[in-house]
Amino acid sequence: MNAGAAIEVNDLTVAYREQPVLWDVDMTVPQGVLAAIVGPNGAGKTTLIKAILGLIPKAAGEILIHGQPYAEQRRLVAYVPQRGSVDWDFPTNVLDVVMMGRYGALGWVRRAGRREREHAMAALEKVDMVSFADRQISQLSGGQQQRVFLARALVQDARVYLMDEPFQGVDAKTERAIVTVLQALRAAGDTVVAVHHALQTVPEYFDWVMLLNVRRVAAGAVAEVFTDENLRTTYGGRVPFLNGAVVEGAA
Amino acid sequence: MNLFRELFFDYTLRTVALGAGSLGAVSGTLGAFAVLRRQSLLGDAISHAALPGIVLAFLLTGSKNTLVLVLGAAVAGWIGMLFVLSVVRGSRIPSDSALGIVLSVFFGLGLVLLTYTQRLPTASQAGLDTFLFGQAATLLMRDVAVIAGLGAVAVMAVAVFWKEFKLLSFDPEFGATLGVPMRSMEIVLTTVLVVAIVIGLQTVGVVLMSAMVVAPAAAARQWTNRLGRMVLLSALFGAAAGVSGALISASTRNLPTGPTIVLAATVIVALSMAFAPERGLVWAGIRRRRSRRAIQVDAVLEDLFALAQQHEDGTHGHPVAVLEAMSGGRTGVEATLRVLESRRLARRLPDDAWALTPEGLREAEARRSTRSSTA
Repeated sequence: MNAGAAIEVNDLTVAYREQPVLWDVDMTVPQGVLAAIVGPNGAGKTTLIKAILGLIPKAAGEILIHGQPYAEQRRLVAYVPQRGSVDWDFPTNVLDVVMMGRYGALGWVRRAGRREREHAMAALEKVDMVSFADRQISQLSGGQQQRVFLARALVQDARVYLMDEPFQGVDAKTERAIVTVLQALRAAGDTVVAVHHALQTVPEYFDWVMLLNVRRVAAGAVAEVFTDENLRTTYGGRVPFLNGAVVEGAA
Repeated sequence: MNLFRELFFDYTLRTVALGAGSLGAVSGTLGAFAVLRRQSLLGDAISHAALPGIVLAFLLTGSKNTLVLVLGAAVAGWIGMLFVLSVVRGSRIPSDSALGIVLSVFFGLGLVLLTYTQRLPTASQAGLDTFLFGQAATLLMRDVAVIAGLGAVAVMAVAVFWKEFKLLSFDPEFGATLGVPMRSMEIVLTTVLVVAIVIGLQTVGVVLMSAMVVAPAAAARQWTNRLGRMVLLSALFGAAAGVSGALISASTRNLPTGPTIVLAATVIVALSMAFAPERGLVWAGIRRRRSRRAIQVDAVLEDLFALAQQHEDGTHGHPVAVLEAMSGGRTGVEATLRVLESRRLARRLPDDAWALTPEGLREAEARRSTRSSTA
């Protein structure tokens, strides 16, 4: 067991109708890093995140958050799902969605009050969405939806943030806002693990990376494992959009 | 106004109105969540699945006590609901098929049992078939107490589990990561939905009860963008539909209550779909017409301006046919010209010819320059 690890995944196997989606995956993410999970479509990236969160049953394996099983450390973990996973025509506004992040801490019966509202407004400030607090959520752009989801995770005051494609299809302003938030989290010693698609931004945004294709191909510091050879193994020879993003001299 | 006086003094009417009003409020409250979770059909399956439970409860106890029959209905509806949830979770059968299977199998079983009991030599089974289409006129204060009592429990559950039901409806996976037991919450919500449905079966009937779950909520969604207001409105609409439908039915001979209540709910839905601000079709139609009109005004103004520039004399008139040809055969050019006339941007000359006024000329020039600067 690695006491300094934010997330420790040992021998994780997840199967969907007897087809393995993740096979014997190990992953040890140190505390205070921005970690990317990359791999081709169907590699099991989203499955890995959902399995860590207990949303998908695992066939085998162990998951530790800050050294303890996930079920005991739930409060330390915040989740930013893909924004396409909900119906944005739901009758509610931005502030209300962000306050949902406090529902776990509130416990049963108690309603969100002034404290929760202030908490949510502070999170909206961080993602530059304060002026949208009263906005009906169906009137948000894709990037704004993503920032609302990020704010909802921020109010959880977690130590580990799991994000499913936070940069997927967002505008440049949102991308900058998210990067700023991620860096602030890292500066505070928190850990972020994000499923990421754009390989060319991996070295710029992240300092730790896991290359995944059902099995673990490689994992570690970007400078060490984000190599041409590892990417070729992960993507089966067809590496999209590399353009020299690979760490110089490491290959 | 006679009806209003009777409502206060006539015991039967007052009982009917109270019963139908409270069942409508409860089904409206729970219906809001069913509609938001896209489970409108679940209500239909539950109400149909309740029929064999009602008949079996009678066969086992020999009693037609409302509480007994409602309990039978609830047990059967609940089993049907659990069946749907487990089939969806544990097999590849999609949920609409699972709902269809449960609905028809349980309802078929209920009809067989109902036919069987009606052949029994005793006369005590008489009236069970009113559960098909509902019968408000037979409501007693005792029944109203059952409806209101169980209904209050259902509404209280919504108040207690408000946050959890909201998470369940909006983002259940996120809710699960917060540590909220979403599966248990789903069973609680659906169980409360079963309660809301079975208390309405005597009045509205198993065939149409699902309309009382869907219609008030669908109407309420039109008027508001907040969950709390939607649930309140839905309860209000449900109560209004229940009271008005039940009173109309009770004061007319041989008019079944279920269909009348559902028609009342339909009127509310139709009015909401037409006139609700933002989402209402009437306002959307008006907005669409306005923007089409604005585009047409712009186009005709542009055309007149182009014609004016081709002639030295800006006040030279042009026939409607020319403008129609320029607009690509679009209709309504003449109406658009009249709009321009009323804004003093164009004027009609003899022989149905049209020209820009000096103001129209300035306006067209101004619009053209803003267009080219933004382009």
